[in-house]
Amino acid sequence: MPETTISPPSPPGMPSLSELFISFIIVSVSGFGGALPWARRMIVEQKRWMTTEEFNEAFALAQFLPGPNVVNFSVVFGSRFGGAAGAAVALAGLMGPPLVIVTVLAMLYAQFGELEILGRILSGITAAAAGLLIAVVGKMALPLFTKRWTWAPVIAILAFAGVAIMRWPLPWVFAVLAPVAVAIAWFKPAAKTAN
Amino acid sequence: MNDNPLIALFGYFALLSLFAVGGANAAIPEMHRIAVEVMHWMNDRQFADSFAIAQLSPGPNVIIVTLIGYHVAGLAGAAVATVAMCGPTCLLSFFAARTWDRFKDAPWRIAIQAGLVPVSLGLIAASAFVLARAADKNIYAGVVTAVTVAVVSFTRVNPLWLFAAGGVLGLSGWL
Repeated sequence: MPETTISPPSPPGMPSLSELFISFIIVSVSGFGGALPWARRMIVEQKRWMTTEEFNEAFALAQFLPGPNVVNFSVVFGSRFGGAAGAAVALAGLMGPPLVIVTVLAMLYAQFGELEILGRILSGITAAAAGLLIAVVGKMALPLFTKRWTWAPVIAILAFAGVAIMRWPLPWVFAVLAPVAVAIAWFKPAAKTAN
Repeated sequence: MNDNPLIALFGYFALLSLFAVGGANAAIPEMHRIAVEVMHWMNDRQFADSFAIAQLSPGPNVIIVTLIGYHVAGLAGAAVATVAMCGPTCLLSFFAARTWDRFKDAPWRIAIQAGLVPVSLGLIAASAFVLARAADKNIYAGVVTAVTVAVVSFTRVNPLWLFAAGGVLGLSGWL
């Protein structure tokens, strides 16, 4: 990509509805092993519709709400830029292609009952997808760990350790840590990402 | 037990979606309980196959509900299950996003936001870790993951090239 790599001051060009739709189609058809990295790549790195911090905040809201995270995110993002129509269009772009693909796969499976070759290809793609997600998490977490250290990185590390190392159920980790983190942010407002 | 499978599908998935904190993957055990143990819509093997097919497809992992719906009641079932799983939470997200943007400068909103972002980042990092642990069954797969981390972090190469390379290696039987 021959883009200049200097970090962008993000001139927030408003995406049109068709641009939203096509962008989310691209995100969904690229999204093997999860659509989040592709959503961030599109929105923060390529189109520059949001800064790193804005994306983190919008995604945190989507994750806080019940239901599938990326689906929620498409609605949160779409509504911010295009109201109800924007939300509908982003959601349709995200869900439409996978619905068709998965239905075709299900029919093939019913016909042949054997997807072994696809499975082998997928195991290779998943190994790359894991690497992509790790790299994207690194980029997302960068502002948190490069600013002056406060309680926030500690909360992030605790959330990670609870689910990844201790293997506690994600909803429980969330239910315990989220109120604690919000309470700290409330009583120590200076610690919130000052910029 | 309900006579009309479409109504049962809609009811269960609409309810599940509103309690699915942490996304689709966190809800998989509950989906299994409903589909296999409570409703007997499918057996263990069929559920595992649905999960695998959902993984094979690009896009959000929640797409597994489409397959469960399809298994229960064909295309109508697929549509109903998908709408039930996504509809209520999408409406909720829409109104939450509106409220969120309206109270952009309210202190409570700023505190919630500042608290949620690090929790969210930690949880995403955990899912990356879990995905890597599941995917990297041998040293070659681990190398694919590590190379992808490096390339995505330090270059602007489109990650689809790495997916393609991974897919070819997987097909060749190396991974």
